[in-house]
Amino acid sequence: MKFSIQVNEGPYQHQSADSAYNFVKAALEKGHEIFRVFFYHDGVNNGTRLASPPQDDRNVQQRWSDLAKEHELDLVICVAAAQRRGIVDDGEAERNGKDATNIMDGFRISGLGQLIEAGIQADRLVVFGD
Amino acid sequence: MSEIKKFVYVNRKAPYGTVYALESLEVVLIGAAFDQDVRLIFMDDGVFQIKKDQNTEGSGLKNFSPTYNALGDYDVNKIYVEKESLEARGLTLDDLMDLTYEDEDDDWAEKSSISLVSADEIRDLMEDSDVVLSF
Repeated sequence: MKFSIQVNEGPYQHQSADSAYNFVKAALEKGHEIFRVFFYHDGVNNGTRLASPPQDDRNVQQRWSDLAKEHELDLVICVAAAQRRGIVDDGEAERNGKDATNIMDGFRISGLGQLIEAGIQADRLVVFGD
Repeated sequence: MSEIKKFVYVNRKAPYGTVYALESLEVVLIGAAFDQDVRLIFMDDGVFQIKKDQNTEGSGLKNFSPTYNALGDYDVNKIYVEKESLEARGLTLDDLMDLTYEDEDDDWAEKSSISLVSADEIRDLMEDSDVVLSF
């Protein structure tokens, strides 16, 4: 089956970010396809590379990045939500005159249309959040 | 992308305590460009999102409620409000904004976009949808 995933909550604050990761990992292991993972609301914070969680805890952001690399996942951060919360790639830094970027390797920033397309293209859209 | 799917947006949270309502509305407006079959559900505290006469002056938050009036122009005109949620909060349809659309099949007559439905009907709406986005 072809899944799209929407992640609405931030890392560490909310288990949704963990549940979404575990779901994606399990689905891939079972041979399903992940069309796209779309990060919205505080979920965009799953895509910062500047977090330094304690060493004896999971690293939520790095874990996404590693999974993306392994399975060529399309991890998309909503641009409008990212601008509010300060998730920045090269293009956004230039467009908005910011002096730094913080996006994690394996993520990309794009528009809400990517979420709608994910809903259209997938057999199931699964939303993780409150 | 010729396939048309039934999208339903389920709005369950009060408008200003968290950002979910505002960012849900942003998805609906962007999504309208994709020519899908779109319905909106307002239930639980989400019914407050379309309450009349919202005033955010005291909180300093942006009052985005006028934007709901634009939904009709985006052909988003199937808005379902859960009866039980309204009643539990002491509200009636008269407390909600007059969200309307112009019916192109009826000489552009102005009609209400809002339908009052039961929890059972909400369940059927979700069952009948291809994509359920909950906020």
